[in-house]
Amino acid sequence: MLSAKNITYKIGNKILLDDVSINFEAGKLNIIIGPNGAGKSTLVKVICNQIKPQIGSVSYNNKNIQEFSIAELACIRSVLSQNIELAFPLKVIEVVMMGRYPHYTGKPGQKDEKACEEAMRFFDVWDMADRDYMTLSGGEKQRVHFARVISQIWYPVPNSCRYLILDEPLTFLDVRYQFDFMHKVMELLQSKDMVVIGVVHDLNLAAKFADNISLLHMGKLLAGGTKNEVLTKENIKTAYRLEPVIVEQKEKNSMYLFFD
Amino acid sequence: MEQLRKQYRRTTIVLFLLFVIAELLSLRYGAVDISTDEIFSSLKKWFSSTNDMSLNEQIFLELRVPRALLCLVVGATLAVGGVLMQALFRNPIVEPGLVGTSSGAAFGAALYFVLSASLKFNLGEWVLPMVACAGGLFATYLVFTLSKSKQTGKSSISALLLTGIAINALFSSGVGFCTFTARDSQARSITYWTLGTLSGANWHALTIIGTTTLVCIVVALRYAKHLNALMIGEDDAQFLGVNVKRLKLIVLLINVIMVAVATSFVGVISFVGLIVPHLLRILNGSDNRYLIRNGALLGAILLSIADLVSRVIVRPGELPIGIVTSFVGVPVFIILLRKKNYYF
Amino acid sequence: MEQRKHYKGTTFFLLLLLIVTALCSMYFGGVDLTIDEIVAAIQKRFTSPEDMSLNERIFIEIRLPRALLCLLVGASLAVGGVLMQALFRNPIVEPGLVGVSSGAAFGAAVYFVVGAMYNYQGGEWSLPLAACAGGILASAIVFTISRSKETGKSSIVSLLLTGIAVNALFLSGVGYLSFIAHNPQLRDITFWCLGNLSGANWNRIIILGITTIACIAIALRYSKHLNALMIGEEEAQFLGVNIKRLKLIILAINVILVAVATAFVGIISFVGLIVPHLLRFINGSDNRFLILNGALLGAILLSAADIVARLLLRPAELPIGVVTSLIGVPVFIILLRTKNHYF
Repeated sequence: MLSAKNITYKIGNKILLDDVSINFEAGKLNIIIGPNGAGKSTLVKVICNQIKPQIGSVSYNNKNIQEFSIAELACIRSVLSQNIELAFPLKVIEVVMMGRYPHYTGKPGQKDEKACEEAMRFFDVWDMADRDYMTLSGGEKQRVHFARVISQIWYPVPNSCRYLILDEPLTFLDVRYQFDFMHKVMELLQSKDMVVIGVVHDLNLAAKFADNISLLHMGKLLAGGTKNEVLTKENIKTAYRLEPVIVEQKEKNSMYLFFD
Repeated sequence: MEQLRKQYRRTTIVLFLLFVIAELLSLRYGAVDISTDEIFSSLKKWFSSTNDMSLNEQIFLELRVPRALLCLVVGATLAVGGVLMQALFRNPIVEPGLVGTSSGAAFGAALYFVLSASLKFNLGEWVLPMVACAGGLFATYLVFTLSKSKQTGKSSISALLLTGIAINALFSSGVGFCTFTARDSQARSITYWTLGTLSGANWHALTIIGTTTLVCIVVALRYAKHLNALMIGEDDAQFLGVNVKRLKLIVLLINVIMVAVATSFVGVISFVGLIVPHLLRILNGSDNRYLIRNGALLGAILLSIADLVSRVIVRPGELPIGIVTSFVGVPVFIILLRKKNYYF
Repeated sequence: MEQRKHYKGTTFFLLLLLIVTALCSMYFGGVDLTIDEIVAAIQKRFTSPEDMSLNERIFIEIRLPRALLCLLVGASLAVGGVLMQALFRNPIVEPGLVGVSSGAAFGAAVYFVVGAMYNYQGGEWSLPLAACAGGILASAIVFTISRSKETGKSSIVSLLLTGIAVNALFLSGVGYLSFIAHNPQLRDITFWCLGNLSGANWNRIIILGITTIACIAIALRYSKHLNALMIGEEEAQFLGVNIKRLKLIILAINVILVAVATAFVGIISFVGLIVPHLLRFINGSDNRFLILNGALLGAILLSAADIVARLLLRPAELPIGVVTSLIGVPVFIILLRTKNHYF
């Protein structure tokens, strides 16, 4: 389990996160939503230990994040960030193999190569293994990075959860691959030691797949819980300043949001 | 992956063969050509420590062999330095001397030439390398200290880059000033030194450069993976478990030691460190582990061939090596650049 | 657009500074002139040019052209640096990157060495012509080689790398010529490569003035396109920028600016690299203001350096290339350290 307690982060007098506490549970899909500038990326940075909050703490497996070394953390947690640009040309397989860097010294072992291959097959990029990364399309690049971050935590870690943090993972994908990706994430969540945290802009995708939604607004946690608790008319209106039309299908337990 | 590794390995094998050929040629040819028989007999005599060597045999053992080996280690050093710095700065036109090392060394050497001439002292063969090395280390130290941010105490990559070019400019104009005040013969010494010279090769210099080169390359190989991770950005490298702050420090340190030591013995040889990483990337790819290993080989080959040319072309005179490296390297580089679609 | 006010404030301040330095640079030198002499000299230039005193002559024939040369060369180099850094989107690019200055140095070195060999004296225009030809030749080689066989276009990376390679080649050519040169020619080459402003005269000022002003005017027209390039080549294309043409025009402007300036004064390396960064520290990266203010700041920096070069060892003169770094580097590092969020 990953928990953030009373996180407050400010730059100068500007408060970017204001006393935010969230528990991200294993085996569930945790999604963070919120309007632009609500503090989503800042929260992700705090969770990933890129910045230290002035108040509050983050813990992985009930152990404070400060007690982990960078290398230890990389063995149990992988992060997909936005807009990755490569400084020099590499083959696709070499990019994916980076995901295994925390796990070996010197040469990659058989286990590492197996993890890469399986992760690449999982995301349908195995055929491109020997292609030049620079020649891929935006969506293909994104899938290569999926394979990279998944290969990093491909095998269960004894006495620990595995953490997958996704910062707006769906940006470059068409609808099919968006759904495809979400289904694959659900598949990964079958193993009960997986903690998945995602920042997503599409409220309907959040409604369809998320087990736990956190809605951020002006640096505060406006609402947290299941979709029925969070995606209410009032909450959406406060956060996005738009009136939603919410259609619910009780028998399928699904809900759709429209904006007019 | 297997296929890719095969490609890399094939390049290594080809380079190794080329390397052996280049070394043999550079042992055999020079101001005086030495026959294979003489090579063997001199080696035999050396092992049996007999003292009745012929002139050619002596030339071989005292001049030719140290020089060939010096080429090898200096070439390897500069190329690996280039690989490391380009990977660290994620910038394709960075040279190993970027953080001030070679311009500082050149300034030290220029000061030595000017002062020793005007004060008329002569302190033996070790003074010039030591002064140059000190100059290189001092300039690099300046770059580090000045690029450190006051608030965070860290040096960002862009601050290092810009401070590096500024300090380089400062020390280069220092060299310019020394040349300006120097008499003609000292000005000539300075010019030659900044074009590189391998004629000072001897077994002592070789032992020192050899040790530092070997140690530094071994350490560098250990960090190749981390440098690869840096290709996707500093933050993402951190997510892959790389301690970026420590990585910067170690890689810069390795580079400074290698370049300062090599430069202090042979002067400034500029093009090798810039070109070799690109040549290898064009051939195969950008995996730093392979770049370091094959970079060492290719750097050694390039410098050995250049040295051979510089000794043979105006026999019995010698061209400064810095002139020849470009003449040998640039055509190869441009042909490869045009053949492959190399872009990023 | 509060920002525009900042930019304008900087421009105004730089303009004042420029006037002050230009005046100082006319005033001080091997001989210090008085204001009266300067005014009298200008008057007599138009009324009775024959009966000028020695000091008045010095002003009109030497001091004034030299001050103007400093301004024009400084502006040329700084604008060249702005253009090239914007085009290559790389902070350590110099205006000489595409081979111009190394080619010019090679041309000059050939002139010195070959000229001495055959006892050839070609008048005051041979050296600039040789240098200019060398610079243009080297850039032409870079352009031709970097063009891809399939598409006929030069990508930025291949231009960058070919530029470096060709630079190395020409510099080692200079190295070779210094190697075979006799001592006086070696000295000529070394000094030429450190820059020399003493060859100022009115003919040169006119040529340099025309190219500099024309090129800067054109560059200003394309500054918007260079701004668009900051967000990437493809994105710039979406904003309506014809990238292929932009590259060609910017490179052509830069080659002309640098080749002509270098032909008259030799290599002055640091100005083009440092001025764009100094301005970015102060205000921001809008290329229109970088070009405008870059021209001013380049002129100021070079004039100030020239004053120091002339005064420090009076009546002898230091090479200008030595002084620009001595003045520029401390300013640069102080600014770098006071600003902490720099791209």
